[in-house]
Amino acid sequence: MHKNVKMKAGGVDFFYGPRQALKGIDLDICEKHVTAIIGPSGCGKSTFIRLLNRMNELVPNTRLEGRILLDGEDICDRSVDAVEIRRRVGMVFQKPNPFPKSIFENVAYGLTVNGVKDSKTIEKKVVASLMKAALWDEVKDRLHENALKLSGGQQQRLCIARCLAVEPEVILFDEPCASLDPVSTGKIEELILELKKYYTIVIVTHNMQQAARVSDHTAFFLLGELVEVGQTQDIFTAPKQKRTEDYITGRFG
Amino acid sequence: MKAKDITQKIGFASLFACMAVTLFFLGAIIFFIAARGIKVITWEFLTQVPKAGMTQGGVAPAIVGTLYVTLGAIAVSLPLGLACAIYLCEYSPKGYFVNIIRMSINNLAGVPSVVFGLFGLAVFVKYFGFGVSILSGSLTLGILALPVIISATQEALTAVPISLREASLALGATKWETIRKIVLPTALPGILTGIILSIGRVAGETAPILFTAATFYTRRYPDSPFSEVMALPYHIYALMTEGTHPEEQSAIAYGCALILLVLVLTVSGAAIFIRQRQRVQNA
Repeated sequence: MHKNVKMKAGGVDFFYGPRQALKGIDLDICEKHVTAIIGPSGCGKSTFIRLLNRMNELVPNTRLEGRILLDGEDICDRSVDAVEIRRRVGMVFQKPNPFPKSIFENVAYGLTVNGVKDSKTIEKKVVASLMKAALWDEVKDRLHENALKLSGGQQQRLCIARCLAVEPEVILFDEPCASLDPVSTGKIEELILELKKYYTIVIVTHNMQQAARVSDHTAFFLLGELVEVGQTQDIFTAPKQKRTEDYITGRFG
Repeated sequence: MKAKDITQKIGFASLFACMAVTLFFLGAIIFFIAARGIKVITWEFLTQVPKAGMTQGGVAPAIVGTLYVTLGAIAVSLPLGLACAIYLCEYSPKGYFVNIIRMSINNLAGVPSVVFGLFGLAVFVKYFGFGVSILSGSLTLGILALPVIISATQEALTAVPISLREASLALGATKWETIRKIVLPTALPGILTGIILSIGRVAGETAPILFTAATFYTRRYPDSPFSEVMALPYHIYALMTEGTHPEEQSAIAYGCALILLVLVLTVSGAAIFIRQRQRVQNA
């Protein structure tokens, strides 16, 4: 991989109490590319992605070793403000989790907590974010309705809009389509392909076709180890490792 | 019919019977109090001071006193209870120590109310020198209401899904912003329900105000937090145990009971209404 490296994991070990969930992960995440992380349940892929915005800090009794760099700066250092990292590295979760507030307030929330006060600016950014998330046409007449009235797929796109509003540099998708129907899934995938022009994207997915459709690079995790990483096309057509081949051809997992 | 079906029918029938008995007693209380109390309730009864040795006139000072003491108690317990619950739920490190605190709070809820009364007498009335007053009564009732408010708030806070907290934090919000702008508003209906239920509880308590706030008879309305007051529950107790005209007095006591019942039921009704409305909004 010869492109610009946006994020870099170096020798990452991660423990839940005594149980080691990640073992010596080295992974480069390229700027304005989509990196997919695949692997069977419990292989540590969600754990890994949650390290990239320091979300695992919220889980008590965990320990991290190794380094995670964002633009060359170690984000795990205690002196680095996790709040600032999370603004730069956004996240879309497995289950759509809009706030029980209006559609408008959902998108505006990230702006207000990041100190944007001018209501004109907020309004402009909310509209722009909803447009970028391909949700604007569906909600423009009902911005002040409760977000929980939207369908699951719409809610997930609202969560994406909410994430885009704070203008992150990296967006982490943690199985974003796990609870969505195929039509909504298609819309989210289209959106990811559109978004990678502007953002660095990491997506965890159970669905190998999805990884093949949206990603440039694919990393295969198994039992807390990174087995193989490479161009998505290579991983799916000519994997170097036997274990990768077994997984993508459906022999296990 | 198979034996299994018969067993099932008997099961349902006995469950229904138990439910019916419960309902009967609930209905009977309301009917009994209402039927006896309604006779004495007039505009004068609600707005006048007692006359002729409690046998005539109204009970307005007791209604006013109950309102003051209840509001005072909520003013004491609300900020304390809310802050305590937020700390316990969101900030305190989970572990042995916090478990002990939680257990203590739950035990506090089980302490007989007359014990709170004695405590209030010793500490607020005597030690702090507040005397028998609205202030002492409010503080005593406030402490009584604390565990209710704390548990209700804790429950409501814990019920806020972790996914909402994560969503907020992932957008670069601090923990405090997340609590203030996402967790508390989401938990609000639950918290409100707790507050309203504790209002109902506090308004009806007799023992805690027995030695701390209530007086059997005064023609004056309270003019400061240090005034002693009449209160509905204590007034009922006094009418039924003291005095020289049991006939007239017991009629007035049922009138007071009806007023108290209506007050408490109205408050509980409001709690149910708020909870329902929020459920509809969140559905």
